Amino acid sequence: MAQDSATIPTSGAPHVSLGTYIRHNIRDYALLLSLIVIMVFFEVATNGILFRPVNITNLVLQNSYIVIMALGMLLIIVAGHIDLSVGSIVAFVGALAGVLIVQEHWNFGLVFLFCIAFGAVAGAAQGFFVAYLKIPAFIVTLAGMLVFRGLSLYVLGGTSYGPFPTGFQLLANGFIPDFFGATFKWTSMLIGTAVAAIIIFFKIRERFNQQKHDLAEEPLPIFIGRNVLIAIGFLWLTYLLASSRGLPNVLVIMFALITLYAFVATNTTIGRRIYALGGNEKAARLSGIRTNRLTFYAFLNMGVLAALAGLVFTARLNSATPQAGLGFELDVIAACFIGGASPTGGVGKIIGAVIGAFIVGVMNNGMSILGVGIDLQQVIKGLVLLAAVCLDVYYKRKA
Amino acid sequence: MPEITGFFTVSQFPYLEVMSERMDAILEMRGISKSFPGVKALKDVNLSVKAGEIHGIVGENGAGKSTLMKVLSGVYPHGSYEGEIHFQGEERKFRDIADSEHIGIIIIHQELALVPLLSIAENIFLGNEIATAGVIDWHAAFRRTKELLKKVGLNESPQTQIDTIGVGKQQLVEIAKALSKDVKLLILDEPTASLNESDSDALLALLKEFRAQGISSILISHKLNEILKVADNVTILRDGSTVDHLDCRAERIDENRIIKSMVGREITDRYPERHAHPSDVIFEVRDWNVHHAVHADRHLIKNVNLNVRKGEVIGIAGLMGAGRTEFAMSVFGRSYGQKISGQALMHGKPVDVSTINRAMDAGIAYVTEDRKSYGLVLIDDIKGNVSLANLDGISKHTVVDAPREIIVANKYRKDLNIRCSSVFQQTVNLSGGNQQKVVLSKWLFTGPEVLILDEPTRGIDVGAKYEIYGIINALAESGKAVILISSEMPELLGMSDRIYIMNDGRIVGEMPVEEASQEKIMHTIMKSWED
Repeated sequence: MAQDSATIPTSGAPHVSLGTYIRHNIRDYALLLSLIVIMVFFEVATNGILFRPVNITNLVLQNSYIVIMALGMLLIIVAGHIDLSVGSIVAFVGALAGVLIVQEHWNFGLVFLFCIAFGAVAGAAQGFFVAYLKIPAFIVTLAGMLVFRGLSLYVLGGTSYGPFPTGFQLLANGFIPDFFGATFKWTSMLIGTAVAAIIIFFKIRERFNQQKHDLAEEPLPIFIGRNVLIAIGFLWLTYLLASSRGLPNVLVIMFALITLYAFVATNTTIGRRIYALGGNEKAARLSGIRTNRLTFYAFLNMGVLAALAGLVFTARLNSATPQAGLGFELDVIAACFIGGASPTGGVGKIIGAVIGAFIVGVMNNGMSILGVGIDLQQVIKGLVLLAAVCLDVYYKRKA
Repeated sequence: MPEITGFFTVSQFPYLEVMSERMDAILEMRGISKSFPGVKALKDVNLSVKAGEIHGIVGENGAGKSTLMKVLSGVYPHGSYEGEIHFQGEERKFRDIADSEHIGIIIIHQELALVPLLSIAENIFLGNEIATAGVIDWHAAFRRTKELLKKVGLNESPQTQIDTIGVGKQQLVEIAKALSKDVKLLILDEPTASLNESDSDALLALLKEFRAQGISSILISHKLNEILKVADNVTILRDGSTVDHLDCRAERIDENRIIKSMVGREITDRYPERHAHPSDVIFEVRDWNVHHAVHADRHLIKNVNLNVRKGEVIGIAGLMGAGRTEFAMSVFGRSYGQKISGQALMHGKPVDVSTINRAMDAGIAYVTEDRKSYGLVLIDDIKGNVSLANLDGISKHTVVDAPREIIVANKYRKDLNIRCSSVFQQTVNLSGGNQQKVVLSKWLFTGPEVLILDEPTRGIDVGAKYEIYGIINALAESGKAVILISSEMPELLGMSDRIYIMNDGRIVGEMPVEEASQEKIMHTIMKSWED
């Protein structure tokens, strides 16, 4: 017994070398690196069009709804399920908004709340079947996909509704107002800088907190390097946006949501429980976790986010069409898997899903600029998804 | 460790006798040894089965019976074990099950290998279809099935779907399937475990009939009375060795004789000393009844009453399938079964244990039998598993306090001596013993008063077992009540203050450990079969 106690170091975290640390976390860095490589590739291939301020603004607007839905989808996938109905919910929410705002002239604020509530109900209904009746999510949401697609066709009667009032459009096409009046949007730049400073402040505080308990795991050079990169990337992006029309409203919403969901997923008990549920449902249940309720809430949450995405998409298009959101579920699911989520559940990060969404987004955008046909685009996207998951399996086997 | 194997082979398994009988032996397994990482499952086992006999194999759980049969049937291929297998006078080196089936060795496992949604005929010829160029001749298949069913005395249509007939009949279908493959040696692993008495009798009569036709059988069973009814010879395994061989025709053998060989093992100081003094009853279960989780008409747990005191370790002894796990899980928040009735009392007051959370709030913790499937989130690290059942204990307003979690995990790592690189290590990479310590940590962190430990040392090596015993003792000494479920009787005798004996869902005996012995427990169980 005596020699055993000697083998236990007093510190909490292992003091690993730089190389070991990178090897253990290579998947996370590989993901971010892939995004950068893809961006640089298209920047070169498009002769610098990709990084033009206007295009960056476009990129954010185009992908906002995918990112918003990826946040919810990641939680669903981590919990060990799937949701195929989100694209149809986007369409139906758009149809609802179209009919209520354009035809019935309801107040768009009221409609906004109404649509979000509808999303919650739709998500809850599907969640009920999955969580309590134990019907496989694939089947339930496949049904949901057909039902909501059909309902949106029915509500719209085969036509499109538009245009929407300006106030509603601001949701997707509005920008943070500028108070300086110069061509360069200083207000946006200041906000971006402030947020970057806050992020770095929290990171450093967390680091000190860890060190106080001797729990810091990440080697210092990586910590510094990573945060400097984050700060530079953040400021540069803000600079590009500020030189165009400023920070889009939807970017602010998106950023707030990403922060919230990343926090919930990693730092709250509910997040921890979802990961445990996906990792081993039986063990989670026997540890006193109400797994059914958790699954139910994951789907409810997905419904709300799909409804929000539907509103953003409708506002951006300034029209409610029956074809809205077609195939969105696939982009969203692909984003999660490219971002490192495991198809068997229990593994995946919010940030990963966001980066995954932007990888898909940048590829869409870059290939469109290059004039690659929609046919070839799909082939390439499919192969990238397959490659990303293969890579994941490879790393998992090595670890 | 002293080499006990040689001792037994020489004194109790005379080699000369085997030599003289070799002429009419259909199967000879000689010097079979098989190791798994950390465990030697079989040590120089010898088995000789004569042509046209029923050969019984008995032994406690974990004695090596199933491993031996897996070696024989090719589940563990030639080369993965030591020793020789001779069948019908030739040495055989099976690569897989198909190899052994090909020459007529057919094994029927305790868990039947039938496809529930297929018909009897389809199941009998599964993988062995009567077909020309891949096209199945259903007429021939049905005709042949009818013949086979007649042989086993089963009056069912070949087109009957498997899941519409009872377990006893399914067992007969398995045997018919074996007959369809021209069986020479039929191995039955606990065939009557889930059969009622008349079905069991019919099955045993069938074995006798096969014997008359010259088909040999190996019968593995816990029910010694059944073995004695039909077996010509009995081989007894203990701790992976052949310890005895009895000829039932030459001498008068009774259950006592077999039990003596089955359990005749010395208990050394494999169990650390405990200095606990059981005081008041903490936890009590009254008139507990549970029905099967799927088949509501099957009454699994019948009027169970038990109690456990502060600082006491009680053991629940029983054979596999006695209902111990089902009982424990049903008490722990109804996590098993349906139509559950009965009363749970904590400190003499009724408590609500109707959900897992309520059971936990009442102060109960249940360490599951299968730690990989039910105990751990294997892809998560140690700290995540330790905090899983008590996330509120490391969080404020649902926000997890990460440093606190690590501190808690490190505390248990130290207290329970979990060997790992850090608490960030994934539990999938830990050894069985350390995994079990993580599961124990998880439950200790919930602050329970009563711990139900279900097979806490299954599949872990001797050293880690000793450590787990130490932890159990420390828990009892700190005033916790421990309910220990174990299939290893020496463990129960070494660790418990009091032992309940469970069989067929009932408590059939209760005794202080001073009065208990393996023989007495085995007798109580065997006797309860007769009631």
